[in-house]
Amino acid sequence: MENTTKYQNSFVLLGITLVICFILNISLGSVSIPFKSTLSELFSGNIENESWHYIIWKYRIPKALTAILAGSALALSGLLMQTLFRNPLAGPFVLGISSGASLGAALLIMGASIFSGVATFEIANSVSLALGASLGSFLVLLAVLTVASRVKDTMALLIIGLMFGSITAAIVSVLSYFTTSEKLQRYVYWSFGSLGDLSWYQLSLLGGIILMGILLGIASIKSLNALLLGENYARSMGLQLKKSRYIIIIATALLAGSVTAFAGPIAFVGLAVPHLTRQIFNTTDHKVLMPAVLLYGAILMLLCDIVAQIPSSANVLPINAITSIIGAPVVIWLLTRKRRMLF
Amino acid sequence: MSSDTQHITISTKDLTIGYKNVTVANTINFDSLSGEFIGIVGINGIGKSTLLRTLAKIQPSLSGSISIEGKALNTLDTSALASEISIVLTEPIASKNLTVQEVIALGRQPYTNWIGTLTEQDTSKIKEAIQMLQLEDLVHKKCYELSDGQLQRVMIARALAQDTSIILLDEPTTHLDLYHKVQILKLLKSITEETKKTILFTSHEIEMVIQLCDKLLLLKESDSSYGTPNELIEKRAFDTLFPSDTVIFDANTGTFRIQK
Repeated sequence: MENTTKYQNSFVLLGITLVICFILNISLGSVSIPFKSTLSELFSGNIENESWHYIIWKYRIPKALTAILAGSALALSGLLMQTLFRNPLAGPFVLGISSGASLGAALLIMGASIFSGVATFEIANSVSLALGASLGSFLVLLAVLTVASRVKDTMALLIIGLMFGSITAAIVSVLSYFTTSEKLQRYVYWSFGSLGDLSWYQLSLLGGIILMGILLGIASIKSLNALLLGENYARSMGLQLKKSRYIIIIATALLAGSVTAFAGPIAFVGLAVPHLTRQIFNTTDHKVLMPAVLLYGAILMLLCDIVAQIPSSANVLPINAITSIIGAPVVIWLLTRKRRMLF
Repeated sequence: MSSDTQHITISTKDLTIGYKNVTVANTINFDSLSGEFIGIVGINGIGKSTLLRTLAKIQPSLSGSISIEGKALNTLDTSALASEISIVLTEPIASKNLTVQEVIALGRQPYTNWIGTLTEQDTSKIKEAIQMLQLEDLVHKKCYELSDGQLQRVMIARALAQDTSIILLDEPTTHLDLYHKVQILKLLKSITEETKKTILFTSHEIEMVIQLCDKLLLLKESDSSYGTPNELIEKRAFDTLFPSDTVIFDANTGTFRIQK
């Protein structure tokens, strides 16, 4: 497939857009810093103002990088799931990865008051929260994988993922019912999603995990393309179905699980970006789609984050709400325009 | 076709096919030769598709043995099998958003590297398949833009590009009108003649199959028969294919007549 030259311009354009969005994202925030000063801070390192320097390097750049990482990772995990399940409605969260993370966070924040005596000290700081959420998502995924090894049919696996999601959601609501209002509030805040709470250390950790996920994704490009014909055809062309399925699922867990753990559940990006990309690039070849969803996901997340901080300069809106408000109508529009959700 | 260059491609011995607790058909014995165009016929539910799926190792056999190019089927792993057998199934492909070119190129997967880069040899095999199935004008079309007949030709081209000695097709002519049925079957026959591949397909078009196939496998629950159409007619194998109260076989014309 002679795609390289055909898509080169699009990729250059996307790259430029990403850089512009990144700079724009950094220049905006609750403290107004002139655009010029932001640029000189970024590119020449001139420190005009100590506090601006601090804000940009300690707060805004980590947040923008988190947005890029989260957007790319969620978009890629969505692409992986949609191809694996050959279902346009599959997102990174259908396997219960996000609900597992929610369960982990919920147990950590609200569980302590119910199982009294276990932990009366304050454990729910952001690092332990991230750990709890990761652990939760991996445990649920492990359960799904165990079931998956007995189930041959991918559709059944999809439903099993949804069922695990329901079970964890049920446990979370029970916890919410019995917990104190203060802890419930904390959990609700976590579930809003937030890109801004990561230190450079946490950021590098997140980046490392996502890089692993992306590498596994790249290693799966050939199998993903084979799966476009269906599982029977893919196997007849020499694909080791079970092995490829595990690699794809683990990649998704790393990508979506780590993002949910560090930044809370962020809806819609994983579902919508692969669709947007397929429509715009008009291809299903994963060699093109994979870099494209990474770029689109990053751009979309940066834009959503910009929108989240514009309306009132002092407050930042929850990112999870913004991604849904902006994204859902886009998907509806795309669907009505093309009528069929071409996968 | 010079018979001295032919060799056995598929051989089954007392093969029983079916699902866990249900035997669908037993004692299936046949040897196919390279370059043969072979039809599998039988009544609905007798296991034609099950047989193809068993030969392609999509599902296990219950007993008996299958050998492919002289090697036992159960000793061949997925990737070894992918260069011996290619398939065309009745199930639709998962993504119709692929172009014709892309679908056919996927047929080269058993031979490409880890990321699926096409070599010159791959490209020429793809081109060959496109020419043989007369798809030159359609290569850049998306699969959802194609008619059933065109899509069937694309799937055959994909199987051909996989360059295996055996191609299995499950009801390649369903949903097609008479003209396209004949077109597909004649194309398949010409492929066997030109490439010396063995083509094995299931069909309900018994009358066409009798005219076109080199060999036929008449699948029955326990006494399947295999041979050239003439041999089978002489053996009166077709007479018991369907319950005789509805249709009867006329050996003189090679057609079925409705019992009035």
